[in-house]
Amino acid sequence: MAALPFYVSPEQLMQDKAEYAKKGISRGRSVVVLVVREGILLAADNPSATLYKISEVYDRVAFAGVGKYSEFENLRKAGIRHADLKGFMYSREDVTGRSLANAYSQLLGSAFSQEMKPLEVEIVLADLGTDGRADEIYRISYDGSIFDEPLLTAVGGRAEQLGALLRERVKSPPPLSEGLRIVRGAFQEISESPLPAEQMEVGLLDRSATGRTFRRFSRQELSEIVDIPG
Amino acid sequence: MKNHLPAAFAAPFESPSFLDCLKATGYFDQPSVSSVSPGLDRIPHATTVLAVRYAQGVVMAGDRQASEGYQVSSRAISKVIPVDRYSCVAIAGAAGPAIDMARLFRVEIEHYEKLEGVMLTTDGKANKLAQMVREALPMAMQGLVVVPLFAGYDLGRGAGRIYKYDPAGGRYEEEAYHANGSGGLFAKNALKMLWKEGFSRTQAIEAALRALYEAADEDLGTGGPDFVREIYPSVFTMDREGTIELPPTEVARYYRNLVDTLKRKE
Repeated sequence: MAALPFYVSPEQLMQDKAEYAKKGISRGRSVVVLVVREGILLAADNPSATLYKISEVYDRVAFAGVGKYSEFENLRKAGIRHADLKGFMYSREDVTGRSLANAYSQLLGSAFSQEMKPLEVEIVLADLGTDGRADEIYRISYDGSIFDEPLLTAVGGRAEQLGALLRERVKSPPPLSEGLRIVRGAFQEISESPLPAEQMEVGLLDRSATGRTFRRFSRQELSEIVDIPG
Repeated sequence: MKNHLPAAFAAPFESPSFLDCLKATGYFDQPSVSSVSPGLDRIPHATTVLAVRYAQGVVMAGDRQASEGYQVSSRAISKVIPVDRYSCVAIAGAAGPAIDMARLFRVEIEHYEKLEGVMLTTDGKANKLAQMVREALPMAMQGLVVVPLFAGYDLGRGAGRIYKYDPAGGRYEEEAYHANGSGGLFAKNALKMLWKEGFSRTQAIEAALRALYEAADEDLGTGGPDFVREIYPSVFTMDREGTIELPPTEVARYYRNLVDTLKRKE
C-alpha cells in the first residue's frame, strides 16, 4: 500500500464520515417507537409489505432500523443471535434490552471509527418493562452514541421534526389506537402527503401477553384501528 | 465488502439455524459417554406421552412423573413443551437430555422464525427435530435414549399432524394417534379402542386423558392423577386458535368423574 498522498485531520475525517452517514439516513423514511398503555408501539412508514424495518428480537425486546436495509438487516440478525445465545446459555429473563443496546453501541462505534465507510443506520431497541421495571427505549446512532429515551423516539429521514411534533402531542402513554392515530398524523404532516394504512408497518410489545410478547399487525387489523374513528 | 460484525455473525448466506450458531461459538458439544456406565438406569426417565388428532387440530398430553428405576424421582415434571404458537413436543426417555433437546428445539424454531420473518412449515419443524434426534444417536447407543413426539397444527392444510421418531433419527407421520414411553403401549391400546375419525376437541381430550389413566393403571413408571397433591397430567391442544393449555381444574374434573364411574361398589 502506498502512503496517503494528503494529510487529513482526524476532525475532518470524522466530520466527513458523519455527514456521509447522516445523508444516507436522511434519505430514507422514518420509524417511531412510542410507549402506549398496552405496551410499546413500533410504527414505520414502509411501503414494502415484506421488507421489514421492525422485528422481534426476544420475549420482551423489539428492534427497529432505518437507513440502508442491508446494513440494519445484518445488525438485526446479529442481535437475534446474541439474544438467543444468551437466553439459551443462561435464562430467558437474562436477556435485556440494555445489554443488547450496549453491544450495538460498541459495534457501531468501532465501525464508525475504524472503517472507511460508516454504517448508514440508526436503530432503536425497545424493552418492555416487567415486575416494576420500567419500559426502556434506546436509540443508537450511526456513530455508536446511545440515547435512553423515556417516552418516545423517532429515527430516519426528518426524525428531529417528527420527534419534536410527537413530543408536543404526547405527554404520557396514550391508548394504542390513539397513539397509532397520532403517529400516523405526524407522519402525514411531516411528509405532507397522505399515508394509507397499507403503507404502515406496525408492531407491538404487548403488556398483556406472556412469553413472546411481540406481535405484528396485519394490514387489515391496522386499517380497522386507524381508519375507523373512535 | 468486509463486514464489521464478528465472524460468527457475518456471512450473508449463513444458515438460519440456531444450532449452527451455537456450534460456531463453541459452546455446544454433545456429551460423549465413553462406555456403558452402570448408573445410567438410575437417571430419571420420563414416561408416558401421547398425541391424538381431532377434526380441527391435535391434542398432546403427558403424565407428570419421572422415574428412576422403581422409584419416583419427580412427581411434577412437564413433558409436553410448547414449541411455538402451533406446535408442541413431548418427551420420553432419559429426562435430562430429553428436556435439553426440547429446549434447544424450541429456540431453534423460534430463531428461524425471527431471522426469516416467517414460521417454518410443520414438515420443516418435524425434519429439524429428526436431525436433532440423529445427532443424539451416540448417546442413545450408550443408553441415554431420547424419543420425542412432535405434534402441530398445519396452517397450510388446516389439520393437526403427529410425528413419531426412532432413536436413529427416523421420522414417521402418524395418521390418528401415537403414544411413547414406558406406558406408551397401554395408552396406545386404549386409544385404539377410543379413537374415531372426526373427533371433536373435547372428545379428543377425553380420549387422551382416559388413555393416560389406563397407562398409569398398568405401568409402574407412569403417574396417574394425584388428587392429594393436586398434580394432574398436562394437556395442550393445537388448532387454528393456537396452542392452548387445558387448565388443571378441568383435567381434575374429568378425572373425578371418571373415578366415580369406575367405582364398582358404593
